[in-house]
Amino acid sequence: MEQKEREKILEVRDLSVGFVSHGKKVSVIRDVTIDVYQGETLAIVGESGSGKSVFTKTFTGMLDANGYISSGSIIFHGEDLAKKVKHSEWKGIRGKRIATIFQDPMTSLNPLLTIGYQIAEVIVLHHDVSMKEAKEEAVKLLEKVRIPDARNRMKDYPFQYSGGMRQRVVIAIALACRPEILICDEPTTALDVTVQSQILELIKELQREYKWTTIFITHDLGVVANVADRIAVMYGGQIVEYGTAEDIFYTPQHPYTWALLSSLPQLGMKNEPLTYIKGNPPSFVNEIVGDAFAIRNDYALRIDFLQDPPMFKISDTHYAKTWLLDPRAPKVEKPKIIQNLRERMRQAAIELKREVGDNHE
Amino acid sequence: MSNAVKPDKMPAKRDDKHSKNGLLDKVPPFVDGYDPIVSLNDVRISFKRGSVERVVIEHMNLDIMRGEIFGLVGESGSGKTTVGRAIIRVNKISGGNITYNGVKISGKISRGLTREIKTKIQMIFQDPSASLNDRANVDYIISEGLRAFHLYEDESDRLEKVEDMIRKVGLRPEHLKRYPHEFSGGQRQRIGIARSMIMRPEMIIADEPISALDVSIRAQVLNLIKEFQKEMQMTVLFIAHDLSVVKYISDRIGVIYNGKIVELTAAERLFEMPLHPYTKSLLSAVPIPDPRVEKLKKVIVYHPQEHQYTHEDEPQLYEVEPGHFVRANSSELANYKEIIGKGGIE
Repeated sequence: MEQKEREKILEVRDLSVGFVSHGKKVSVIRDVTIDVYQGETLAIVGESGSGKSVFTKTFTGMLDANGYISSGSIIFHGEDLAKKVKHSEWKGIRGKRIATIFQDPMTSLNPLLTIGYQIAEVIVLHHDVSMKEAKEEAVKLLEKVRIPDARNRMKDYPFQYSGGMRQRVVIAIALACRPEILICDEPTTALDVTVQSQILELIKELQREYKWTTIFITHDLGVVANVADRIAVMYGGQIVEYGTAEDIFYTPQHPYTWALLSSLPQLGMKNEPLTYIKGNPPSFVNEIVGDAFAIRNDYALRIDFLQDPPMFKISDTHYAKTWLLDPRAPKVEKPKIIQNLRERMRQAAIELKREVGDNHE
Repeated sequence: MSNAVKPDKMPAKRDDKHSKNGLLDKVPPFVDGYDPIVSLNDVRISFKRGSVERVVIEHMNLDIMRGEIFGLVGESGSGKTTVGRAIIRVNKISGGNITYNGVKISGKISRGLTREIKTKIQMIFQDPSASLNDRANVDYIISEGLRAFHLYEDESDRLEKVEDMIRKVGLRPEHLKRYPHEFSGGQRQRIGIARSMIMRPEMIIADEPISALDVSIRAQVLNLIKEFQKEMQMTVLFIAHDLSVVKYISDRIGVIYNGKIVELTAAERLFEMPLHPYTKSLLSAVPIPDPRVEKLKKVIVYHPQEHQYTHEDEPQLYEVEPGHFVRANSSELANYKEIIGKGGIE
């Protein structure tokens, strides 16, 4: 596909991240390898505790004080970000070339400073301009993220903005630095569905204009169908499946991806109980032997409890890490809901009076 | 204007002759098929800060029927939580009244009645980590209600009830000695549900019970609420902001915008025949897990200014077809009726 011609902006190789907790070392990210291509939107999907946030925090050196990169590399324009330790080394990268938007905009904004000042402050910091010029630029940015009456609202404080508007402000601050990579860490989880769809639309539009690369983190597969070019599914500190959005939604291969998809309430049928994933994500306190998902997996083979599966190639774009893809593995019947996935999605769309297009099989 | 009707309200009034004890005990329905457990009659709720009064809910008329799961959907600030909190008397109302089994439970009521409401209506909250006492173990949390109302005979009876309940929510008796922080979000929410269910309530008010949870574990909490509702024949007021969630669980859905119900009907019907533009915008925002469908998606943004309401032609809640209520003025009403007549084609 076209990705082959695309330039890689970030190459993550065998990255492992450890944490020291109660004097004990635990491994939270385990040998993750993935490429991020210039200009794409890569969604990283997983439950709480899958390591998705920790993984992307390594790109900006924002691991908590007790966390450290134990091995591997993150190559960004020829530089290895994994080798950067000191605060000063991150200058010019964190926030500038790689920016992050977090879930709760209130925690990213200072409640005591005006919106206008907070945006202008960032502009002054990263560009060589006066405060006055920066404020002019800030108005333009607020207009870009569609804050109505931007000039007057510069003087407002964060509490005077609604949740959706605050998230727009945070996006405006990220825009101020013209980042090459924008990491969106659950940017819409705290928002209403109507606001969520508007924010997603905004991020997509601005990406088209500014041509940055988006890394989108979420626990809700339903949200990313709209935004993602490629999707990586994370579980237990590893990427267990990745591929294009169509690979993941139409022909998922990993039992964990099956489980994530089947638990979406949009695909639930009235009169039958919703499916869900039994048990809890693994705790990293004890060392994980074999496949981390094995104990919750209805399709687990004996080998899953003994040996970690390798990444199997399904197509040029699609990879999954499950023993089920080994040629020696028994043929299993996918869960019903996954077998009829396209049909269910189509039904859900028709019920909501959505256009389904004609390119459906 | 006069054909504006209160949702499902029939003209007949029931007469309230109950024994002194158990004022809130159920009496057989006066009219067949019309059996509301909670009724909001012209309710007005406002908050005051100094001399500034902000009206959050005005002219709210709503009946929640016995045994149904009623989904109340709206965005932040729409007043959906306030409605739930007014029913359990956390928020005071400044106009109208609320009745439970035909007995007024708003305003000044006797202490005995307050106690009764507290046992018969239970809440499930959004954030299970904020709503559970971090310093109390699970046993204490679950049995707090039992203790407060002396709903057990002796210590062994209490323990039996608590153990029975913890199993029902899918946890184990050995979890009783642990503290909330030792559990995951989904487990904590199940503890919250156990704490409510042990009171054997007639009604549950679930205020965004799954919004703070991962999608992968939302389903088990939804299933659990539904199971309890079936088993105990409870009434549930399910408050949410996401239509895809309430569609699955609710019998009827009310859409609330800016303190007013704008549309109310059976869950399936709302999806078949959405009429109010705000309902349509909510429907358009539900993400479909299908990349090809989503790429064709058109988000409908609702602008309240799009209605041409005037003083002569003010909107009201009208019944456009049996059981289907929409807030409209007379010209919109005519339009909606036409749409229904044509089977939904605009």
